[in-house]
Amino acid sequence: MSESESSMHAGIAVRKNQYYDSVFLMGINNHLSEAPGVEQTAVVMGTDANKRLLADIGIAGPEIDSATANDLVVAVLSRSGNVTEGVINSLDEALKSMAAKSPASDARTLRAGFEQRPDANLAVFSIPGDYVADEAGKALEAGMNVFIFSSNVSLERELELKQIGQDKGLLVMGPDCGTSILNGVGIGFANAVRRGTIGAVGPSGTGLQEFTTQVHNAGGGISHAIGTGSNDLSDAIGGLTTLAAIRLLEADPDTELIAVIAKPPEAETLAALHAQTKAFSKPLIGCFLGLNQSSVGGFNPFQLARTIDEASGMALTAAGIAGAKEVLQDRESGQDLAKAAVAGWSDEQRYLRGIFAGGTFCYQSQQILRDAGIDVYSNSPIQPGLKLDHLDISRQHTLVDMGDEHYTLGKLHPMIDAAERAKRILAEAADPEVAILLLDFIFGYNAASDPVGDLMDSLQEAKAIRSKRGGDLTIVASVCGTKPDPQDMDLQIEMLKECGVLVFPSNARATAFCQRLLERR
Amino acid sequence: MVNENQEGLIDRPLVVINVGLKDFAKNLELQGAEVVQVDWVPPAGGDQEMIDLLDKLL
Repeated sequence: MSESESSMHAGIAVRKNQYYDSVFLMGINNHLSEAPGVEQTAVVMGTDANKRLLADIGIAGPEIDSATANDLVVAVLSRSGNVTEGVINSLDEALKSMAAKSPASDARTLRAGFEQRPDANLAVFSIPGDYVADEAGKALEAGMNVFIFSSNVSLERELELKQIGQDKGLLVMGPDCGTSILNGVGIGFANAVRRGTIGAVGPSGTGLQEFTTQVHNAGGGISHAIGTGSNDLSDAIGGLTTLAAIRLLEADPDTELIAVIAKPPEAETLAALHAQTKAFSKPLIGCFLGLNQSSVGGFNPFQLARTIDEASGMALTAAGIAGAKEVLQDRESGQDLAKAAVAGWSDEQRYLRGIFAGGTFCYQSQQILRDAGIDVYSNSPIQPGLKLDHLDISRQHTLVDMGDEHYTLGKLHPMIDAAERAKRILAEAADPEVAILLLDFIFGYNAASDPVGDLMDSLQEAKAIRSKRGGDLTIVASVCGTKPDPQDMDLQIEMLKECGVLVFPSNARATAFCQRLLERR
Repeated sequence: MVNENQEGLIDRPLVVINVGLKDFAKNLELQGAEVVQVDWVPPAGGDQEMIDLLDKLL
């Protein structure tokens, strides 16, 4: 133990049989960590994985060893015994006050919920992955469609669930399904979009969010957007939910055309998609991110779009919406902005660093830069050989998906909790060779209530760090959202602009702007 | 071939059983869906052997 660690005062509290969900735990953690003098807090359930994380920061003891997944475990580190004790003593009051904001339900099991509403047509699961397959299986047996937000389910269990769904004619959205919009109701991370005739299907939550918000913002509307879960187009799963969703939209009288937003399906799954959709009557648009232009042959009957912007533009045109041009326009705009930004850089500034909350945005940005001949490293690289050696250390041009489990283990997704992204932004700003930060801000239901405010301090500090060295840090951001979203998107954009951030209405356009900056240097 | 169970998902208003995050239920209600919130807790304190045993018994 180092000298600084040895001078820390650790306090531990365990509350037996008090189970809380992860958003509640984050609220308590934020509250406790705000107390003056506190260095670090951890507020977790006593699962084995969490106990290991606590041990990694030097928190261990018999009371933690005996804690179970049903027990709340709280650890506080500070440099003063009094501070630590005070914070631990305030825990029960904090739990009480936070619980009062969201009254407890009398249903504690799926069965109890189903008894209250036997006419339920959907079960939504956001519980730890270790348990979710069993619970979702019960929901399918009871005749409900399921939306599984939870991840960490094996491919074998996923396939099993999807086969049960297929046999029973039920839709299995997920596991690892971020977004769906059914009958105008957004489930999980989804935006407030008007209803219309454009249907969408895809494994990626942010991909569907970007597509549906672009359709809405250009004046179009969404019939349904069906999330499938991130593994659905692998050959292990065979696209079972994607196919079921496309069939459902093909038969839906309110849907005129269907867009699929995804990474390219694996070979056998692509063949199955082709075989089963070729006789369909509605136009199919496919945006398969990362696709090499050389392999576009096998994608009939899809009309291919290179980016989500293109896909939404094609869908809007096909649906006869006048706003399509606005989505497709761009590349020539912003030349003056680019010139001014590059003029502010010092000689040493040369690299782009993207710090993303949305995995699909990280991927799409890599595709756009790859196609422009710019090599980009990533924790989730589009090109083999460009994987970061160390996921916490960027090199040259780097784009990082902060939703990767490396960064989220024991933490919430960066769309809800900005803490890890804030740290990474400051780390990049401290690198003298960094010229551009590329960020995404994702609004909508269940995302953070103030995504820009959560990062504002670190953005200002990042700019200040750069100014001290001489030169200017160019911060480029895309926003994914709509005016009716709960966050007040206009205000969020205004806050970014006041901080000197260059704001673009899509990830593709923000990335194209970064490309221009790099080409101008 | 589309099954009536799936059609039932998009042909009639959503009635949701939300198992887990309360914010999900709150936002579903905000959009007009009917929701039953289940305050889920790990069965048998997370003890897998006990869970398997209970699944057999129930």
